[in-house]
Amino acid sequence: MSIFEYNGSATVAMVGKNCIAIGSDRRLGVQLQTIATDFQRIFQIHDRLFIGLSGLGSDAQTLYQRLVFRHKLYQLREERDMKPETFANLVSAILYEKRFGPYFCQPVIAGLGDDNKPFICTMDSIGAKELAKDFVVAGTASESLYGACESMYKPDMEPEELFETVSQALQASVDRDCLSGWGGHVYIVTPTEIKEHILKGRMD
Amino acid sequence: MGDSQYSFSLTTFSPSGKLVQIEHALTAVGSGQTSLGIKAANGVVIATEKKLPSILVDEASVQKIQLLTPNIGVVYSGMGPDSRVLVRKSRKQAEQYYKLYKEPIPVTQLVRETAAVMQEFTQSGGVRPFGVSLLIAGFDENGPQLYQVDPSGSYFSWKASAMGKNVSNAKTFLEKRYTDDMELDDAVHTAILTLKEGFEGQISGKNIEIGIIGTDKKFRVLTPAEIDDYLGEVE
Repeated sequence: MSIFEYNGSATVAMVGKNCIAIGSDRRLGVQLQTIATDFQRIFQIHDRLFIGLSGLGSDAQTLYQRLVFRHKLYQLREERDMKPETFANLVSAILYEKRFGPYFCQPVIAGLGDDNKPFICTMDSIGAKELAKDFVVAGTASESLYGACESMYKPDMEPEELFETVSQALQASVDRDCLSGWGGHVYIVTPTEIKEHILKGRMD
Repeated sequence: MGDSQYSFSLTTFSPSGKLVQIEHALTAVGSGQTSLGIKAANGVVIATEKKLPSILVDEASVQKIQLLTPNIGVVYSGMGPDSRVLVRKSRKQAEQYYKLYKEPIPVTQLVRETAAVMQEFTQSGGVRPFGVSLLIAGFDENGPQLYQVDPSGSYFSWKASAMGKNVSNAKTFLEKRYTDDMELDDAVHTAILTLKEGFEGQISGKNIEIGIIGTDKKFRVLTPAEIDDYLGEVE
């Protein structure tokens, strides 16, 4: 069994009209045994930038700490927040530094850039970026997430509809994956506000 | 470097609290050829004298204004060979920044990194301070910018500045001529007039250098022919 599937995870990010949504499941398991049901995989970098880290839970936490460290140094040095594109390149570089002993994580990055332009992207554990206009997925439930997102996504959704779509896609997908689930965690980011939602699903 | 017991820093405090090595470095800059820079409303110009030791030197082989990145240029006063070390290190720094963020390095960041190198050479063992001051001109998201970096590692942002021989005359001249709403072309004219003030002999496209950057964010060193055109306009 792959180390990427040891803890189980599902993360997804989607673009709406001047807004983005990023969501994940809340399960942390050790193979089929569930250890925690409030595990955090989505992290806030600044007001308009989030990262979701699927894969091995411990590496996700370590990688998150390094990214916060790098972003704080950048803020102090340049007196500004990182653009989402810039942050994605930094994550990519940090991952590739460990090319032959990688963090077992697949990041999903979502944020609003200059003029509130939505940006989403994902990459593999060694930093190969994959940019998308509509949605990106990662984790053990990624296959079912692709299917759910492909059938439910519409361009230019308003924040409320985007939240509904991402939540339904996430919930439907984790139900078809035995390693992820136990509810969900969804952030909706608009130019004016950030809404955090804890979802209840099949809690079994 | 710095691992022998004799490899101590040569820049040490005098009893009066001064670092004489740095003052000597500034003297080296002060006796160097005049350079100046002017920040206009829509760009920056840097210019320098290019006096050659003999008429036999091929003037096309000497380039005192150089590019650090496509949108940042630099000119020095003082020791030419020292400036090349700084240019090499700055270009590397800019490239490393680009490699990490896939975004051109902001002018302030490159200036800070360059100044950090110059500071390091005032405190390390086995080295001496740089015998140059730099004028760094760039245009980025924060608009046109002009910085001066000194051998001590201190740096300043200027609207217009000069260094090298005749600094005080050149600065007085710039203070009289400078206005905030100056356009790039006016700035080039002012730069030429300022150089002319302290110039020994006849000024021409071959014995001065001018670098400009405008809203296209592309730094460019003017050709002797272009400089001659500007010289024609000034007269």
